Amino acid sequence: MKRTPFIFSILVFASLADAQQDWIRTGTGLGVEKVRLAAPGLKPANADPALGPLLQTFNTTFWNDLDNAGIFEMVSKSFYPLQTPGSPPEMRLASWANDPANAGMVAFGNLALQGQQCVMLGWLFDVKNSGSPQVLGKTYSDAAGDDGARHLAHRFANDIIYRLGGAINGITLSQIAFISSRSGHKELWLMDYDGAAQHQLTRLNSISLSPRISPDGDRIAFVNFGKGVQLAMFSVELNRTVAFPSFGGTNVTPAWSSDGRKLAFSSSMRGNPNIYVSDASGANLRRITEGPGPDVSPVWNPKTNSQIAFVSGRSGLPQVYIIEADGANLQRMTDTGYAVSPSWSPNGQFLAFAWRRNYGPGAPGGQDIYIMDVATRQWVQLTHDSGLNDFPSWSPDGRHIVYESRHGARSEIWSMLADGSKARALTSSGNNSQPNWSFK
Amino acid sequence: MSRSYFLFIALTISLLLIAGCAKKPAPVAAQPAPPPPAPTASLSANPDAIEAGQSTQLTWQTQNATDISITPMGTVEPNGSRSVSPNESTTYRLTAKGPGGTQEATARVTVSAGASAQGAVSETEAQAFARNVKDVFFDYDSYDLRPEATASLQSAAAFLEQHPNLSFTIEGHCDERGSTDYNLALGDKRASAVQDALVKDGVKGTRVRTISYGKEKPFCAESNEQCWQQNRRGHFVLQR
Repeated sequence: MKRTPFIFSILVFASLADAQQDWIRTGTGLGVEKVRLAAPGLKPANADPALGPLLQTFNTTFWNDLDNAGIFEMVSKSFYPLQTPGSPPEMRLASWANDPANAGMVAFGNLALQGQQCVMLGWLFDVKNSGSPQVLGKTYSDAAGDDGARHLAHRFANDIIYRLGGAINGITLSQIAFISSRSGHKELWLMDYDGAAQHQLTRLNSISLSPRISPDGDRIAFVNFGKGVQLAMFSVELNRTVAFPSFGGTNVTPAWSSDGRKLAFSSSMRGNPNIYVSDASGANLRRITEGPGPDVSPVWNPKTNSQIAFVSGRSGLPQVYIIEADGANLQRMTDTGYAVSPSWSPNGQFLAFAWRRNYGPGAPGGQDIYIMDVATRQWVQLTHDSGLNDFPSWSPDGRHIVYESRHGARSEIWSMLADGSKARALTSSGNNSQPNWSFK
Repeated sequence: MSRSYFLFIALTISLLLIAGCAKKPAPVAAQPAPPPPAPTASLSANPDAIEAGQSTQLTWQTQNATDISITPMGTVEPNGSRSVSPNESTTYRLTAKGPGGTQEATARVTVSAGASAQGAVSETEAQAFARNVKDVFFDYDSYDLRPEATASLQSAAAFLEQHPNLSFTIEGHCDERGSTDYNLALGDKRASAVQDALVKDGVKGTRVRTISYGKEKPFCAESNEQCWQQNRRGHFVLQR
């Protein structure tokens, strides 16, 4: 634990060095200050009673999107002035800029129903800039209804996050694929990044594992136990599985290169579980690792697509390794314990993985999510509870990690900021596991 | 007077007829390009019922398609024929995609147990298999065979050599504590270790299939060492 403040400062300084680069917020308050954002939400544009529930949905979703973005200090609602604006003429800058609110930015606007559409006008004001406070002023429309209201909130929040967060796209419209057994079998499921709209994709009535959304979002690679243990491909567009070649042996843990052109996976088609690379169609197979293995869980460096991190038990308990995509330059990254399930950050700098540093029958403690700087091999522990945490997956903005948390027989999917803060459960019923965050 | 008038009329009429018969150039109207033709696909298996170990000829034809694949074989050429020998009844699905759309065709091959080799495993034989070919158990995070496992597999091999008609699958299993994906690979190593030992003792490799279930199909559910040991195993399943 003594190492961690040092590591935090290393991470912050490394990120401060390049202001354009996306960064991990350490939460220690060093250096960069978070924007103080107030979000009174939308007001109804008129007295239409149908607006009530829509506003409720919008405002809850909107607040969660901003609060969980990791880059704002949300001004507490108890400090808001009594009169909140629905449009610029109603905005009184001083009531927001001064104490007790002491806000930097305020997001406000109004919502109306026009036939089958809900239409909102949204503004972002810099309340300390009385000369020209407007940062954003935009109109959005979507289908009238609960889903449309949520969608509007996500879109407005995304624009604010992009504008105030260093031109990095927000993740409010991203999705998480996962495995759930609540239908009686382990099947492929999909949900919004905040846990909304959880729905079942496959009905194969067998065991499905290991979902990986393609970079363009059109397909999900996964593993199915229907005929042997084979890689399978789900088409989001066609809403069913599509053909994918079968190979000999046990075929598991598919991973997409970030350009969508290649797949890496583990296969024992030639006797030992080794890492293979193929085209996205499964053609042009090439074996990357040699020896007895077992090698499993490959993941590409999404920044370069020229390195693959994977797990191997070649020296005993599983450890995380890195290898060039042509099979050269094998490097061992972890030094002890039981390390599995690597996920590479979008900026190419960090590996998140699951680690039990004290491993063995009767060893104390659980399994936790760690991140490691690939260049220096310095690591930080993110989760500290007693459960078994596994399968971390980075968000596209590099600021969040989704993972599986298991206590006893129950496993659920959790999301947290990449510094370990703001952990919250996304699922609550049925066993849910192996989450995978979309690329965009 | 009437004759020249008649001649004039006749001349005029002939001129008109000639002019009328002259082919006018067809008007050039801009026409939209016709939509691309939809792909066609057909697939047949001959014969469509075989015994295990026999083969059948899959024949297919497509038109207007650029992307043709047959599950479970993969991408294929637009027209072709291939010999296949499925172990179990299989429905082959041909998908032909082209600019005009997608067309599918299927062919079902029914596989029955043959009179020789694969077929008619009697109840006595099945019981003998269960008695003589026993599951082997592994240490924590290991795929090494314990001495008692090696001994057990030696006598299993002896039995199997006396019953060459029996084919089977070795399943590799793990206890609940490890990570899902790593356990799939570890289970594979366990199944392979058992298979290698049998093959070394003389059992023909073609009779043996291996599969890993990782920790997905446990034999018991308690969280104690006794159950965990039960789950760390190479499990034999007789093919009947």
